[in-house]
Amino acid sequence: MKRSHSSRRTSADRNSARPAGRTRREFLALTAAACAGPVLSRLAAAQSPARVVVVGGGFAGATCARFLRRADARLDVTLVEPNATFTACPFSNDVVAGLRDIRDQRFGYQALGAEGIRVVQVAATGVDPPGRQVQLAGGGTLPYDRLVLAPGIDFRWGAIPGYDEAAAEKMPHAWKAGEQTLLLRRQLEAMPDGGLVVMAVPANPYRCPPGPYERASLIAYYLKTHKPRSKVLVLDAKDTFSKQRLFTDAWAQLYPGLLEWVSLSQGGKVISVDPGTNTVSTDFEQYRAAVANVIPPQRAGRIAELAGVADRTGWCPINPVTFESQLQPNIHVIGDAAIAGAMPKSAFAANAQAKVCAAAVAALLRGAAPADPVLVNTCYSLVAPDYGISVAGVYRPKGGQLTDVEGAGGTSPPQAPPQTRALEARYAEAWFRTITHEVFG
Amino acid sequence: MRWRTALALTGGLVLATGPLLAGAPAPSADPQVLASGCTGCHTSSDTLTTAIPKIRGLPEAAIAAALRAFRAGQRPTTVMDRIARGFTDEEIAQLAAYFSRQK
Repeated sequence: MKRSHSSRRTSADRNSARPAGRTRREFLALTAAACAGPVLSRLAAAQSPARVVVVGGGFAGATCARFLRRADARLDVTLVEPNATFTACPFSNDVVAGLRDIRDQRFGYQALGAEGIRVVQVAATGVDPPGRQVQLAGGGTLPYDRLVLAPGIDFRWGAIPGYDEAAAEKMPHAWKAGEQTLLLRRQLEAMPDGGLVVMAVPANPYRCPPGPYERASLIAYYLKTHKPRSKVLVLDAKDTFSKQRLFTDAWAQLYPGLLEWVSLSQGGKVISVDPGTNTVSTDFEQYRAAVANVIPPQRAGRIAELAGVADRTGWCPINPVTFESQLQPNIHVIGDAAIAGAMPKSAFAANAQAKVCAAAVAALLRGAAPADPVLVNTCYSLVAPDYGISVAGVYRPKGGQLTDVEGAGGTSPPQAPPQTRALEARYAEAWFRTITHEVFG
Repeated sequence: MRWRTALALTGGLVLATGPLLAGAPAPSADPQVLASGCTGCHTSSDTLTTAIPKIRGLPEAAIAAALRAFRAGQRPTTVMDRIARGFTDEEIAQLAAYFSRQK
């Protein structure tokens, strides 16, 4: 893989170097640098600590920064994150439903700083892969031996005609936690009883596959307990979804008449929205919503495209052992931005990938071969405050992808006593406390 | 032309071997990396207590027996059966040894 990058780089250099008037010696030096990456970084490590820059301070990036230092305390680790606090998405549907305070979703980077990680509170605006530098807002640069990109998602504004950044102020996506979460909460609170809540759900892949259905469930819970003549309508761009049977069984039991799911084949795909009238349109119907929650199609965070690690899908192909980009050497991509095969785009997966990536980066920087990893994911969803369900998976690299270990994983059983659902709801909360403590505590 | 074909083939081969450096066999899993899949739920913190039991510092034999029983569907659980089925005997032994040594 490394070799193929190098040969690609070499021919690109050959094309671009000549017109730029580079001398033969400069050209050779460039070629050598492209071929001898690991050797050079090992030499550098012998003289001064290897420099790893991590861009993005969410579950993936913050975990990776911490575990890099744990893998090798000599590493010079810098975390680039423009926000002073992180607002977590898992459990933000509880905030939407009025069951949780947004302050319980917020985490700072003090513990990372105390462990010797340099936290740079500024946006990364570009990456120069041949020069191995990250460009920062305000003009600074950060050199790296290896770069880890954990940029999460960006929205494809305009993919749904009428839905742009301005429209999101009227019809919140609430798919990045924070002000958007609070906006959706306020709209639900202000809605009179009898109102129609419309949710637009995208096709795969997107952040948190079961998330829209957990949100629909918890909104239905809020309506049932506070505004029982209201209804939540889920307009979906697909026919199947994560934990579908568990959700639909629970909806029939808990929220009859309060929650309706319209699949793609039933005409559920949203084709346009009008924020002026709060109208959501499919091929067959126009819905005037009291509250419209539009979750738009997504892609990897912008810096991935700027660094040249995103492919035509908008996501980032990676090596499943090291999470190194398949498109740019010395750049690793973890979390929602990565194409991680069978692994879903979840906080659990981001955290698991970050630990594997940190160990692999530390190994590569000392010239060792990274071990084949085994990765785990467990995603809990709440259908009601005391009703939890889960999907789990175990993944190994196979054929250049992370694939499901056959026979492992799967969802909670379809038939289970209330005690089991209550226990999974407790475990969901326990997981959130554990993971946020591991990442930020 | 022939060169180009050869280069394309080489590129394809290198890509197909994927992560493995020059075809070397993958080293067996690092126990710490293996265990990192567990600590997302089972905290390794001294100060945190949650509904999910801690496993660090438990006797090695107990951890291994529990994982094997989960895997065989012989021990009641919500999710551990689904997870344990993804691990081999050797990995279960590695995990048990690793967590039992964490104090």
